[in-house]
Amino acid sequence: MNMQTRIPAVELHEPDFRARAHDALGDPQLRGNFRRAMDSLMTKRAAAFSNPDEREDLRSLGNAIRARALSKLPDLLEQLERNLIRNGVKVHWAETVEEANDIVMSIVNAHEARQVIKGKSMVSEEMEMNDFLGERGIECLEADMGEYIVQMDHEKPSHIIMPAIHKNAGQVGKLFHEKLGVDYTTDVDQLIQIGRRVLRQKFFEADIGVSGVNFAVAETGTLLLVENEGNGRMVTSVPPVHIAVTGIEKVVENLRDTVPLLSLLTRSALGIPITTYVNMISGPRKAHELDGPQEVHLVLLDNGRSQAFADSELRQTLNCIRCGACMNHCPVYTRVGGHAYGEVYPGPIGKIITPHMAGLTKVPDHPSASSLCGACGEVCPVKIPIPALLRRLREENVKAPDAPNRVMRDQGRKYSRKERFIWNAWSTLNTSPALYRVFGFFATRLRSLVPGNVGPWTQNHSAPKPAARSLHEMAREHLSGNSGDKQ
Amino acid sequence: MSAKHNILAKLRNSLTGTTPVANNFNEALVTEPWRYSAENRVAHLRTLMEAVHTEIHLCNEADWPRRLGELAHDRQLPSLLVAPGTPQGRRITEHWSTQPDLPALKTYDRPIEEWKKDLFDDTPASFTSTLGAIAATGSLIIWPTRDEPRLMSLVPPVHFALLYASQIYDNLYEAQLKQNWAGGMPTNALLVSGPSKTADIEQVLAYGAHGPKDLIVLIVEDA
Repeated sequence: MNMQTRIPAVELHEPDFRARAHDALGDPQLRGNFRRAMDSLMTKRAAAFSNPDEREDLRSLGNAIRARALSKLPDLLEQLERNLIRNGVKVHWAETVEEANDIVMSIVNAHEARQVIKGKSMVSEEMEMNDFLGERGIECLEADMGEYIVQMDHEKPSHIIMPAIHKNAGQVGKLFHEKLGVDYTTDVDQLIQIGRRVLRQKFFEADIGVSGVNFAVAETGTLLLVENEGNGRMVTSVPPVHIAVTGIEKVVENLRDTVPLLSLLTRSALGIPITTYVNMISGPRKAHELDGPQEVHLVLLDNGRSQAFADSELRQTLNCIRCGACMNHCPVYTRVGGHAYGEVYPGPIGKIITPHMAGLTKVPDHPSASSLCGACGEVCPVKIPIPALLRRLREENVKAPDAPNRVMRDQGRKYSRKERFIWNAWSTLNTSPALYRVFGFFATRLRSLVPGNVGPWTQNHSAPKPAARSLHEMAREHLSGNSGDKQ
Repeated sequence: MSAKHNILAKLRNSLTGTTPVANNFNEALVTEPWRYSAENRVAHLRTLMEAVHTEIHLCNEADWPRRLGELAHDRQLPSLLVAPGTPQGRRITEHWSTQPDLPALKTYDRPIEEWKKDLFDDTPASFTSTLGAIAATGSLIIWPTRDEPRLMSLVPPVHFALLYASQIYDNLYEAQLKQNWAGGMPTNALLVSGPSKTADIEQVLAYGAHGPKDLIVLIVEDA
């Protein structure tokens, strides 16, 4: 498509998922942007895993490493904290995003900081740290090119790896022209150089750098970050203070565990053997060193993770290493895009993690926004059975709100007495042969009474009409009629 | 302490009655697919690094400072940041002393706070050593030190790195094991696999995002 003929993507402001999805589906620009990007990411991943045996063995190892880490998570978190403290890092714990933001604010206040520069971090998105600090007069600027673009346009990321994938170069050029006063261009190299120039100054000035964490190694007290741009290295080594924020599930036991996870992560995410930078941080600047932050903080955030952890099946949600492969391969995500989900994590992983973070009340449609095609589970580098977890969340979503053995704090968001009654009747009917026969007799004899309009079914299908006689009836007749036949 | 207490209590409660998963890490899975013969190791590394726009020059122990001088001169770099305290740095200063028309040498010899503006605005290139490389992924291993601090390989737009072919490991697992990383990590350890890049706009690859725009690796063929 010619750059000049491209039109801006639709803004999705509808309050619920269904309406936003509907709007997104009606926007050919948005669908085109996502379709091209996802096709390319799928092709690259496939090429990076050219040997299926190697891939499957590595996925099994990745799954085993994450399962092992979660099976001793509290001990590993304490070991991580001990080793980080020994290395000179300050460790903070937060149950909620409010607590996490308060911790960040107290560090900001202690240093009288005015400018914060941030590397890519999905946990800081959970915290909505930019807005939180902004409301308190602290500039919190994104330094990842995609995040920078999204923040400049007052948007949220539409993909966890490629935050601005919903925009094309023309849209970015227009944005830079309007907000930065530079000449309009659609040349990607020029656009990136504009971003580089602006952000270099910000790295230079910033009082505090914020980053996420890809893997936290308990054994050595090391925070491992992957990135291609160098902004992650900038925010963790130029400003005098570095704050890393991460979820409590990101810990791994041993340094060697990062070897397969790193390979799985970069190959699944971008189809590359490794990112340009793998940045391993084990402490602040030592007395004899000449640069690096004087202070390093780690904020460990729960935010609903312990709820997923409490159930051995749903616990697998926390295997996630945030590669984004599930969304790249998702037929629903590709069509509706990341913003339709309305939350920090879109796509299949978003559908299974958000109900724990935001609650089913906020995202009642998430578990059912899937065709259960299974692609996400097949590509997941740590073998999270995403389709099975979606089915499980659907069950939790239709449980009676007061049913015992509560797993989700707001279970039963889609519970309906009528639907429950119908399913119970269906179940009774199908487990009682006599009743089933009676039902079959009347259903076939009264078939002309079936209404032409049966709810959502008839939106896209013709109304079902029972046959004149049931298969059971015909079979019985056939068998009795041929009882003497040797054939 | 209360958030910590609550989180750990919840996690421990959820694990009641369970046993930890055994640690049966199969190292063959991360080593066997990534083995290279001595003659292929450099070539493999080179292919991967060049694929992401790294410039590679093969040289020998005697002539690498001269090659570095030529490359710096050809690029018309006004200055080059080096670490005269290292053995490699001494080789560079020796060679430079015989060549009057080479770029001026600068040294990272004081805390960043004392010369941050100069580093950001007026330091076009740097030279650092490496602790080796990883053939499987085409990555340099860099552990910043007092002589070669963290920002030395990050802020200058052109980064020269010296790699001894004898220090190229087949895979990351082997490098971690042979260099005993788990026995003690430095404050910052890095794998660098090319110049800085991004594909955040339309997935179009662009080099020179926030870190060096050019990575130039001199490989000393001593293996």
